[in-house]
Amino acid sequence: MAKAPEVRYVAKNMRVDLELIASMVAPETRVLDIGCGDGALIEHLFRTKGCDARGIEIDMAVVTRAVAHGLPVMQGDADTDLSHYPDHAFDYVILSRTLQAVERPREVLRQMLRIGTRAIVSFPNFGHWSLRWQLLVTGRMPMTKTWARMWYETPNIHPCTIRDFFVLCQAEGYTVEQWLAADEAGHRAPWRRWPMLANLFGEQGLFLLRRSSGEESPH
Amino acid sequence: MDMTPLPEITHQSLRIRRPLPLDCGIVLDGVTIAYRTYGILNAARSNAVLVCHALTGDQYVAETHPLTGKPGWWNRLVGSDLPLDTERYFVICANVLGGCMGSTGPRSPRDGNHAEPWGIDFPPITIQDMVRAQKMLIDELRIERLFAVIGGSMGGMQVLAWAALYPNAVFAALPIATAAYHSAQNIAFHEVGRQAILGDPDFREGRYWEQGVIPAQGLAVARMTAHITYLSEAALSRKFGRRIQGGSDVGGALFGERFAVESYLEHQGSSFVRRFDANSYLSITRAMDFFDLAADYGGSLAAAFRNTRTRFLLVSFSSDWLFPTAESRAIARALNQVAANISFVEIVSDKGHDAFLLDEPDFSRTVAGFLAGSAVAAGI
Repeated sequence: MAKAPEVRYVAKNMRVDLELIASMVAPETRVLDIGCGDGALIEHLFRTKGCDARGIEIDMAVVTRAVAHGLPVMQGDADTDLSHYPDHAFDYVILSRTLQAVERPREVLRQMLRIGTRAIVSFPNFGHWSLRWQLLVTGRMPMTKTWARMWYETPNIHPCTIRDFFVLCQAEGYTVEQWLAADEAGHRAPWRRWPMLANLFGEQGLFLLRRSSGEESPH
Repeated sequence: MDMTPLPEITHQSLRIRRPLPLDCGIVLDGVTIAYRTYGILNAARSNAVLVCHALTGDQYVAETHPLTGKPGWWNRLVGSDLPLDTERYFVICANVLGGCMGSTGPRSPRDGNHAEPWGIDFPPITIQDMVRAQKMLIDELRIERLFAVIGGSMGGMQVLAWAALYPNAVFAALPIATAAYHSAQNIAFHEVGRQAILGDPDFREGRYWEQGVIPAQGLAVARMTAHITYLSEAALSRKFGRRIQGGSDVGGALFGERFAVESYLEHQGSSFVRRFDANSYLSITRAMDFFDLAADYGGSLAAAFRNTRTRFLLVSFSSDWLFPTAESRAIARALNQVAANISFVEIVSDKGHDAFLLDEPDFSRTVAGFLAGSAVAAGI
């Protein structure tokens, strides 16, 4: 997807995996959507589930559009602004297709699970077969519809695979309550039980996490 | 240049029945609040929006000013089919306590028995005092909860104080181009203005009305200094550059030629002194200088908003160096600390602090959208 070069974060169409993410959110809950873009997910959660949903977005022009549309969105940066929120302020903190673009993904995840009871994370899967194939055959950084920018100008500075993400969750003590792989159109892919296959054929991964019991912060 | 004060006129006002205890300890009786309203209060009394004006503004927010003949200062924002849609909302704007457009202030009689004005002896007031007086007006109008409180600059300070003092009476708060405290630099600029007033021989220790004069020169210089802080280097360059415009009647060859920016400032100064009272200017600038909302809550701005359920929209302007974006961001972070519902945008503009009063389509759209979204949430 083409995007103006000065924008730091990956272009995304929230409607692609909106339905899948929304299906993980219980009604009437408090939700923070980090990197919310135009706020489509917030609006969807407010209208269909009665959620108190709010957003943070780094691109000021997009924020202005979202607020002008009546959505509670503030300009902010996932890497720096999450630390200002209190513990357990939200039931869900959502990071949709943004993890690969933040400076410190592990810290952002920690903050998400500090301020929220659960975290919902989606990211484009760098382990997809077409990427592996391109790298193998051409010996150059893969270029696809999702990974559409040259390595020297991509905002996606921390690509990872679905398996990488499982490993990180284990290392950080997060329980994966739900996960699934999806294709680019946001349709659930059928490799639910086989992470190895999901990692090969899923274009994006979607995870619902919570802190493992005993990992609860002391206060 | 004509610097004679405009004639005093009667303003629509309401006399508050309850005494008003001020932060300084003095209790004011018989406070009068001059105000204007636009639109119709609905049957549920739930569609009221309070507009808080800035330092030199007044209650004539959306109509021709009865004294100056100028259009309402926010007539781009308030009116039929505008972001503060008077077909939909009941818009109230009151002259602040300490003001000179009909509300109790330094120009008001000291008490019922004295025709003599308070003058320089008017009790020192705070932004919070202004807000308490507005709350009394709102109570008199039998409005329990304001749908929204909005204001820019000093008006934004009042919005923050409203949200802190009366969280249950404010559904949505829109502090625009403002800060939770007045910075040292801003106090410094105010002080230059005040010194100009105090040093004017016509100030007569604040009792200038006795001699039928006003400290016009001093007040004009105060206005000129302040006006520079409302603009930006880019705006001044664009508007005036180094253009020369006519000569001056003073100073001979040295001032034989005048820069356009000089004439502009002179005009700003002289038209201001015709409508504004010098003691009011001292009183209100002092209230702004002493504003530090966090100080009332143990130094924690977040504590001022603890448990708030108010929805906030913070707006700053990129070229505003009087109330820079960093100040709005600090408020946003304090509100994040209490997990408040907030929207925050910085509008790109080269017009400086004044941008909040000027034609900024993104700003209008932002306010309109936020209010529309809030109205859905409030069920109005």
